[in-house]
Amino acid sequence: MREFLQMGGYGLYVWTSYGLAALVLILNLVLPWQRHRRVVRELRGRLQREGSL
Amino acid sequence: MLDFLHRMASPPHFYRLAGRLLPWLSAITALLFLSGLWGALFTSPPDYQQGESVRIIYVHVPAAWMSLFAYVVMAVAGAIGLVWRIRLADAVAAASAPVGAGFTFLALVTGSLWGKPMWGTWWVWDARLTSELLLLFLYLGYIGLRAAIEDRRNAARASAILALVGVVNIPIIHFSVEWWNTLHQGATVFRSGGPAIDPSMLLPLLLMALAFNFYYFVVLLLRVRTELLLEERRTNWVREVLS
Amino acid sequence: MTRRQRTLLFVTFLVTGIGAATILALRAFDENLLYFISPSEVAEGKAPAGRAFRLGGMVEKGSVEHAEHRLRTRFVITDFAHRVTVQYDGILPDLFREGQGIIARGRLDRNGVFVAEEVLAKHDENYMPPEVAGSLKQAERDGGAKP
Repeated sequence: MREFLQMGGYGLYVWTSYGLAALVLILNLVLPWQRHRRVVRELRGRLQREGSL
Repeated sequence: MLDFLHRMASPPHFYRLAGRLLPWLSAITALLFLSGLWGALFTSPPDYQQGESVRIIYVHVPAAWMSLFAYVVMAVAGAIGLVWRIRLADAVAAASAPVGAGFTFLALVTGSLWGKPMWGTWWVWDARLTSELLLLFLYLGYIGLRAAIEDRRNAARASAILALVGVVNIPIIHFSVEWWNTLHQGATVFRSGGPAIDPSMLLPLLLMALAFNFYYFVVLLLRVRTELLLEERRTNWVREVLS
Repeated sequence: MTRRQRTLLFVTFLVTGIGAATILALRAFDENLLYFISPSEVAEGKAPAGRAFRLGGMVEKGSVEHAEHRLRTRFVITDFAHRVTVQYDGILPDLFREGQGIIARGRLDRNGVFVAEEVLAKHDENYMPPEVAGSLKQAERDGGAKP
């Protein structure tokens, strides 16, 4: 396990790469998803206020 | 044929289709990432020269490929929106930019993290690295331009022109390692004479590339759906979808 | 001409125009885009005199000498046509080894020795596990041994 984390002495470089990749990919997925839900909620609220639902 | 395309590109049809596709695409993306990461971190061997540091390739190369792919999608969709005034194309172009910028950032940073131990430097101004950095600025300029222009149609038009001006950079990035002496090595996979990488490393690399590709389409569809809802909020189909 | 055709024409001209302009500009600046020059180019006198430049090539097999008690290394960079002796004080990158492609930044001294301030390793586009590399080398040796 320790050997795996050390990556032959390149652990810092390898794990920073994978960590950053995970961070960027997750943010780029979660932020648009939250925005979609917010937009749906807001539009629904407006439609209800207008009494068309 | 054109009629069929128009129907496909109609916002309500696309919104529903994308909504049905998304769960499947997300599941495939997750499976591809799991198998790709398993191969990248556990089953693939270290390199004969670079040792374990070679594992950075499995995020660096897919990110770099997709940074080019997302740009081409953005420019082509922008051009279609410009010429044929298809709202869906504008939405696709706008949605492609933030994901593409993320890929470009990752390609640059992971490349730097790989260059330090292997080349002996974080950064050099060779043709490959410089043109990829220019790509990041093109993405940021595109996002900035879209945000700065209030009128939606003007924003779409101006940003599509910017994307088309920048498209010349794409072949430069790809061929830079052939045209000039660079510190960055030549192409490994897409080269004449076949890939110069052992199958035990090529398989996880391709799995990760496929995972990045599916991930891209998931985010793209997600963003396009939001965009369509906002643009068409006064239409009947949005009312129907939301009720 | 309809509006659509005009826009299409505009897009076509935009992309081809920018493409042509870029090709011309890149041709004009070609020299500056070369990240390094080769020992042959040095032999042809293409190296800038008295100015720092980058030299790229292979580390010649058997040419690496480490000085005692100091971080000084001397080795020969070759492109198999011409050779340049390089002297470097500092830590070499992990990939530095004999037969490896490298790029050194520095200047030529009066004796024609390249005094490097920085040495970067260039790696090639081949990736394989150590066992495969080992058997390739073995095959090469066996092949070479045949009459």
